[in-house]
Amino acid sequence: MKANNSLAFSPSEKVTGWRLFIKTIGARAYPRVIGMQREKSWMFFDVFLPLLAVSAYVFVYRAIGAPEEYVGFVVVGGAMTAFWLNILWSMSSQLYWEKEQGNLALYIMAPNSMMAVLLGMALGGLVATTLRALAIIVLGSLIFQVQYSITSFTQLIAVFFLAMTALYGMGMMSASLFLLFSREAWHLANLAQEPVYLFSGFYFPIKSFNFWLAAAASFIPLTLGLDAMRQLIFPSGALLGFLSVKFEITVLIILCVVFLAGAKFLLDYMEKLAIREGRITENRR
Amino acid sequence: MSNFALETKDLGRIYKIRGNKKERQERKELIALENVNLTVERGELFGLLGPNGAGKTTLIKILTTLLAPTSGWARVAEQDVSLTPNLVRPRINMVSGGESSGYGLLTVRENLWMFSQFYGMPSKEADKRIVELLTMVGLEDRMNTKSSDLSTGLRQKMNIVRGFLTDPEVLFLDEPTLGLDVGASRDVRKLIRSWMETDKNRTLLLTTHYMVEAEELCDRVAIINKGKVLACDTPANLKRDLQRDAIFEIETSPLNGLTDKILAEQAEVKKAALTEIEGGARLELILKDESAVATVINILTQKNIKIKRLTKREPTLEDVFMELVGQRMEDVEKDEPDESK
Repeated sequence: MKANNSLAFSPSEKVTGWRLFIKTIGARAYPRVIGMQREKSWMFFDVFLPLLAVSAYVFVYRAIGAPEEYVGFVVVGGAMTAFWLNILWSMSSQLYWEKEQGNLALYIMAPNSMMAVLLGMALGGLVATTLRALAIIVLGSLIFQVQYSITSFTQLIAVFFLAMTALYGMGMMSASLFLLFSREAWHLANLAQEPVYLFSGFYFPIKSFNFWLAAAASFIPLTLGLDAMRQLIFPSGALLGFLSVKFEITVLIILCVVFLAGAKFLLDYMEKLAIREGRITENRR
Repeated sequence: MSNFALETKDLGRIYKIRGNKKERQERKELIALENVNLTVERGELFGLLGPNGAGKTTLIKILTTLLAPTSGWARVAEQDVSLTPNLVRPRINMVSGGESSGYGLLTVRENLWMFSQFYGMPSKEADKRIVELLTMVGLEDRMNTKSSDLSTGLRQKMNIVRGFLTDPEVLFLDEPTLGLDVGASRDVRKLIRSWMETDKNRTLLLTTHYMVEAEELCDRVAIINKGKVLACDTPANLKRDLQRDAIFEIETSPLNGLTDKILAEQAEVKKAALTEIEGGARLELILKDESAVATVINILTQKNIKIKRLTKREPTLEDVFMELVGQRMEDVEKDEPDESK
């Protein structure tokens, strides 16, 4: 070891309040964004494999002579599955993994807000997943020659961000719940994966469901987000849409508020419960 | 301003243990801590010494706001850990032995930077300290190595740096040298001493089950077993009571049925512990006076046990523990499952 005079630290001006909140978001988003550059395997697992599922649906639609828009629906849906997988495996079950690694205790013990940690996870995941989704759309569109005709770019951006905010809000909310489920979190995530593929209409328009089933499926933010985006980027999208874009935007705004507020409430509650029951560092006794 | 960095009053923690479905209706209770009363002054390096499962980690979790006590209260930096945890958190940090915190994809420097941000440190200042501290622990050449590529020892050094990085008022080190080799443990102890010597307002609470570590580092030590604090004083004072006793270590041939109970039944023997070693056994004895060793030798001779080596030595904290608990720490750990962590 070297000389020890550097342990006389000059007092640092540590930030607090909203500046600490922002710093925490940035710091927690960093591993996710940087991870994309360091683990190139995502190109295979998160782009190539979803493209295989997309291809299967495209060939089925073409074989049965379905309208060509359906091919575009499938490519866009395939891209959006990346966000759902990110929510499931990198948001919902993330606090469980953080606990297993020993990070959760450090996050809670630090003066930062846990909400900022979750937002950082969400933001980092969103940035990283958007790159994957874009790769799927670009490759899928080139391979299957998908034609787009955007009717309102502003509405498209708004729908995308609202759907993502609501979706990641839902992920943050479920992350709090998973905090208490320990190892069961893995099974719950597995259980939720396929039904959401079905009810969000990743590979078909949800108008194919009856109204009430489609309405129930609309609690999953991807369902309305995907439906509205398809209406805005394909010429006959409006005809196959479940509800009007404006109405879907309104519902998405409500979902954003509900899920983010729910995430905050549940996180506070679960943190208190976990501290009371001693589950921040331990699994269920 | 109170001079206490840490204060606990009648602090207790009971865990409710869920069993299988049949047992679930009758939840078992595990007393991890019971009526712990401690005060630690600012500037003190305080040690918690006890076997695995003694309640050390539970106490640290309560003091670091990660676990609620079921009775009593605890204050850190004059703030109640249960009532105002948000006022405690900016002033503390903690490092646990064998922890695998951080992200393997990030480099050592990036991991440390990330944790510094959770405390609101300016990035420039954090970067400067990271370089200084990594240099001090001899990890400067691994600054840009992914933490997943570090050995256990080097990873633990990184964790230790994380604890010092935010320059907390009170630092908690839970078994910081667990699993480290001799050289790495020495480096960590040196860093701890340097940090404490540089600023007299810094307080450090260290848990360990390594007696030598506690003896070498701590101003005061609390000996804890089964959730109770059995004694609390300076290492010298704790050992002082034993100065009057005679402590012997005897290496023998195999014991031929001799047990520590037989020895402890002798009036002059205060405590006896036997450990089987290669080719025989080692006896550790606390005797009322030196002459009592003759009785022990007699017993050994009657049982045809050969004495290979006999040494009288000064008391250690291990002897204090044996005097208080009646068993060596190692034996307590063998007997007790590590449940109260």
